[in-house]
Amino acid sequence: MKTNRFWSWLFLLLGVAYFVFPLIGTFEFSLKMRRGAYSFDAYRTVLTDPQFQATFGYSVTMALATIVMGVVLVVPPPFLFCTFSSLPSPPPTPPPFPSPPPFRSVIVFGYIRIYTPPSILPLTGTWWGTNLLLLFGYATLALPYMYRSVDTGLRSIDIATLTEAAQSLGAGWITIMTRVILPNVLVAVLSGAFLTFAIVIGEFTMAALLNRPAFGPYLQLIGANRAYEPAALAVIAFGITWLCMGLIQLVSRFSKLPNAGR
Amino acid sequence: MRRRQGGASASTKRVRMTFTTGEANILGATLPAPTARRQFSFAWLGVMPFLLFALLFLILPTMKIVVGSFQSNEGGFTLANIANLFQPSILAAYWISIKISVASALLGCFVGFLIAWAMVLGGLPGWLRSPILTFSGVASNFAGIPLAFAFLATFGRLGLVTLILRDWFDINIYGLGFNLLSFGGLTLTYLFFQIPLMILIVTPALDGLKREWREAALILGASGAQYWRMVALPILWPTLLGTFALLFANAFGAVATAYALTGSSLSIVPILLFAQIRGDVLQDPHLGYALAFGMIVVTGIANFVYIWFRTRSERWLK
Repeated sequence: MKTNRFWSWLFLLLGVAYFVFPLIGTFEFSLKMRRGAYSFDAYRTVLTDPQFQATFGYSVTMALATIVMGVVLVVPPPFLFCTFSSLPSPPPTPPPFPSPPPFRSVIVFGYIRIYTPPSILPLTGTWWGTNLLLLFGYATLALPYMYRSVDTGLRSIDIATLTEAAQSLGAGWITIMTRVILPNVLVAVLSGAFLTFAIVIGEFTMAALLNRPAFGPYLQLIGANRAYEPAALAVIAFGITWLCMGLIQLVSRFSKLPNAGR
Repeated sequence: MRRRQGGASASTKRVRMTFTTGEANILGATLPAPTARRQFSFAWLGVMPFLLFALLFLILPTMKIVVGSFQSNEGGFTLANIANLFQPSILAAYWISIKISVASALLGCFVGFLIAWAMVLGGLPGWLRSPILTFSGVASNFAGIPLAFAFLATFGRLGLVTLILRDWFDINIYGLGFNLLSFGGLTLTYLFFQIPLMILIVTPALDGLKREWREAALILGASGAQYWRMVALPILWPTLLGTFALLFANAFGAVATAYALTGSSLSIVPILLFAQIRGDVLQDPHLGYALAFGMIVVTGIANFVYIWFRTRSERWLK
């Protein structure tokens, strides 16, 4: 068992080294803007850049809209199958999606070909239409994650039993929805939402191809033209991703109570 | 109670009959569903937006590409676009894309497996598990342009690791032929999201290996190596192959990282398509269709392999 443990630590340390060096390297690099001394100049330049504020605001708005759209699209199907199905056993929800097909450029290519003006639905013709199209594109990215988390959320609670128990105690439909089922699904929806946020905020391909002023294309522009600011932006982006994952951990900690057996 | 335990078909029939008389007793012990017809339409109403969305923004665009890649400029059927793919520059792009994807997927599987093994079975303290998994969640989603920045700041010509190796160990990695904007550099970069993804997927599978199996094998006289070769690996095999396919697709479609790292100096397929859509390089839109079609085929195969192995491996994960 001794040698066993030695190898474990070795693998772990090598892994940690691989993952930590780029983070330290980026952080250190982002501090080197002023010659000869460490400073936060790069961060100051980035954060006060009006273009940063504009693109970041745009991407945050898009991310929030994507989350709303994902919830509207994804929550009803498994939810209604669960609640309105008369089957006593867990309902036959469709199997979880595989991981998202990562061909964003392919999908957007299809969009551009279908929805440019000489078409039935000329979405790329107008400012609103293009934003809407980008929103739909983001929604296709978010769907698998959203669906999976909501589906597991619904599966981990036994809806039929909970509903019957609530009814035995005299609860009506509204009470059951708001006080039994929604709190359980809410955690799943929230974790899906944070994941969606993390994905959408730095998305480059779709926004660039549809020519939207999003955060991703801005990052690319800065990366091509500046030296130290990109590192600062990478640190910020990593911080946002980390924050989203931390929030997922936090909300899923609340869900540990009802299904502790799992 | 009787309804839930009794024979399924008989009891559901009974329930339906109660409801068709219109007496949906909400407070009683009857099943909480409206009539059979109404619950059906409710469910469909809820699924409609989802189906419509999938049709308009997933299926139609994909179909458009598939159809377009077999159309000539006048709209007739042709195989010329597909044949045009087989020109040296495009074949080279596919080849290097596939090479990078295979290399990063193989390495990602291997290293990710070792770390997951160390974490689950290797006797590391239990408190390490949660931070490792959380970090994997973060890193597997930390792709795209910021990742490219991070690696430029670390392994670029003035990056931290490059400087440390040069100043402390007197090793000039660029003098030894390393280049971040190349096959090796891209693979190294992609591993940053491939390894964590592998850890996230393989950890539940390793958790699913029951202690009893190992004990039973040891009692029957197997050595540790034999246990791995004849019991554990055959069980894990579908997971490993499926994850490999997933990682492959993941790397194959990654365009942002590559684009930010290399600009368009390294021609891999996603960048070629990206440039084509932006109108930088190729003039023929139907060649674009064919390029995209080729990507659909490759990722499609990889995803199919993933799903197929996934369903096989889930039997053991209960």
